Amino acid sequence: MSDNSSDGAAPLLSVDGLVRHFDVSAPFLNRLIERLDRSYVRAVDGIDFDIGRGETFSLVGESGCGKSTVARLIVGLYQPTAGSIRYDGVEIGPVSAAAERKRMQPHMQMIFQDPYASLNPRWRVADIVAEPIRVRSLIKGKAETLNRVGELLSQVGLSPADGERFPHEFSGGQRQRISIARALAGEPEFLVCDEPTSALDVSVQAQILNLMKELQDRLGLTYLFISHDLAVVYHVSTKVGVMYLGRLVEWADTKTLFENPRHPYTRMLLDAIPDLEMSGRQRIPVAGEVPSPINPPSGCAFHPRCPHAEERCRSEAPQAREYDGVHVSCHAVADGRIS
Amino acid sequence: MQGDNQALLSVRNLRIEFPNRRGTLVAVDDISFDIAPGEILGVVGESGAGKSLTGAAIIGLIEPPGRIAQGEIFLEGQRIDHLPYEEIRKIRGRQIGAIFQDPLTSLNPLYSVSRQLIETIQTHLPLNEREARARALELLDEVGIPGAAERIDHYPHQFSGGMRQRVVIALALCAEPRLIIADEPTTALDVSIQAQIISLLKGLCKEHGTAVMLVTHDMGVIAEAADRVAVMYSGRIAEIGPVQEVVRAAKHPYTHGLMGSIPHIGHHVDQLTQIEGSMPRLQEIPSGCPFNPRCEEASDRCRVERPNLQGVEQSEVACHLFDAQRVEARAGE
Repeated sequence: MSDNSSDGAAPLLSVDGLVRHFDVSAPFLNRLIERLDRSYVRAVDGIDFDIGRGETFSLVGESGCGKSTVARLIVGLYQPTAGSIRYDGVEIGPVSAAAERKRMQPHMQMIFQDPYASLNPRWRVADIVAEPIRVRSLIKGKAETLNRVGELLSQVGLSPADGERFPHEFSGGQRQRISIARALAGEPEFLVCDEPTSALDVSVQAQILNLMKELQDRLGLTYLFISHDLAVVYHVSTKVGVMYLGRLVEWADTKTLFENPRHPYTRMLLDAIPDLEMSGRQRIPVAGEVPSPINPPSGCAFHPRCPHAEERCRSEAPQAREYDGVHVSCHAVADGRIS
Repeated sequence: MQGDNQALLSVRNLRIEFPNRRGTLVAVDDISFDIAPGEILGVVGESGAGKSLTGAAIIGLIEPPGRIAQGEIFLEGQRIDHLPYEEIRKIRGRQIGAIFQDPLTSLNPLYSVSRQLIETIQTHLPLNEREARARALELLDEVGIPGAAERIDHYPHQFSGGMRQRVVIALALCAEPRLIIADEPTTALDVSIQAQIISLLKGLCKEHGTAVMLVTHDMGVIAEAADRVAVMYSGRIAEIGPVQEVVRAAKHPYTHGLMGSIPHIGHHVDQLTQIEGSMPRLQEIPSGCPFNPRCEEASDRCRVERPNLQGVEQSEVACHLFDAQRVEARAGE
């Protein structure tokens, strides 16, 4: 597939047939004696999407659906089993592209979920934030680096004097601000945010989301945003992809996806959100649970929970098709059984 | 106001302190509320607001050096906060059940589910092993575990997160308690599973007339499950009232800001309402109204005088703004 994004401009990041399997086989001797086969977790099982410059693309899904693995594949913390990742037209996915990745990596930074675990407790905040600057030797000289750190800290709403303190002296929200400052220190154009607010209280979450939006406008950043919270995703993103068991079942621009969800799983997810507006409404609980990614169901992985499943869904995995800019992998939608 | 007759649980002027070397930290400061039989009271607030501690105080699980410094807790008219350990142990489980956040850590990984259920049932009810097992099976059926007969002898790790939480709920229901303290029961679960657990809890309450104190930071869960909601801030109740009124027409500036900071699907805003700063640490709770440094409408009075809960419409709000309105309303009459 060589579909460029709809507005004609080349996408900043495009992912094509991305696959990542993890070997979870029993040790060799056990396999020999107990006659077990090798087994794999199919964490990411063939997904394609594009992210345009300046966009916020969100991946949503329940735990274990592979959304964090995608994030890690893109920043290069994992190597893909198959498929390609192109950044600004340059292939950075496979191992052979390691040199290219080295060249492109400075443009990407990642923000992690847990602000308690992602900052080194023995370093002062100024050293933490200065690390990307030092690694990439962006600025020469101690005083200038310190100046830049102060600038970054004020940019995320902290005071330059906070650089002298240690991470434990800050609250969760402030620590996440430090993580953001550190990510910005590398002067990235693309930020991968893996659940950046799910460890935070709602009022602090609002502060961080507002900050991220403001920075995006000011610095022209592109975000890949991973979250399980649909309301947050609705608020921040321009495009949304819904993942289920390692596959992207539907992706479209935010408004379309939330107003007119097509895939039965997307509909179920949207039905399952508690609604603040009409307090007392009965939400329709999704029946069943996410199956194990070691032995995913045959055909469409969602068929055991799907109200529209028929014979074909059990045997044949649906391919993604595009309907007016909405990409859906579902036989029922393709056959026009559901609109 | 001694233990209201209608209320199943009434908490009066509860104060929980943690003495340490540098002084005494007040984690819960003079709160009072009631729960009626069959009612679900939601308790929301940010981390550190004292909501879990309030729950722990009711079931007598405050860990030293923390202590109940003042106040009274009544369960069905009987005072339970000053009971000796053995007495409260009997009430806990028998009359008050508890569900905690993480279903993996509230089950013993070394015992099968049946053993844990039977042990709990036999502790509280005079049943023999066989009867207890039958009761355990019934409970698992009731909380919606498919194939309960086969799964009863499984170990906790053989269940998924949602199923484990169902087992924990079954454990809490063992002795048909009158009150359940559910501390963040759905926080560790996915949205689709969360919906299942909430509707299960609601159904059980309706059937058995069990009252629930639902502690959570998730307004969505509260809006859906609770009848009344108490909003806590810095160890105090900022606002308490019917869920519809609090969610849709919040009165306290904190609740108002909190509601605005939650993103909604369906109406797009460019910036979420932002409450500047964060909740003060226990060492640094300001005088007067604890919310005053972050409140846009704070006056001098808010910095000195602590507001008490007062009735506004059907809710009670601890905010000086409503004193003035009251005065105006009276003057207008």
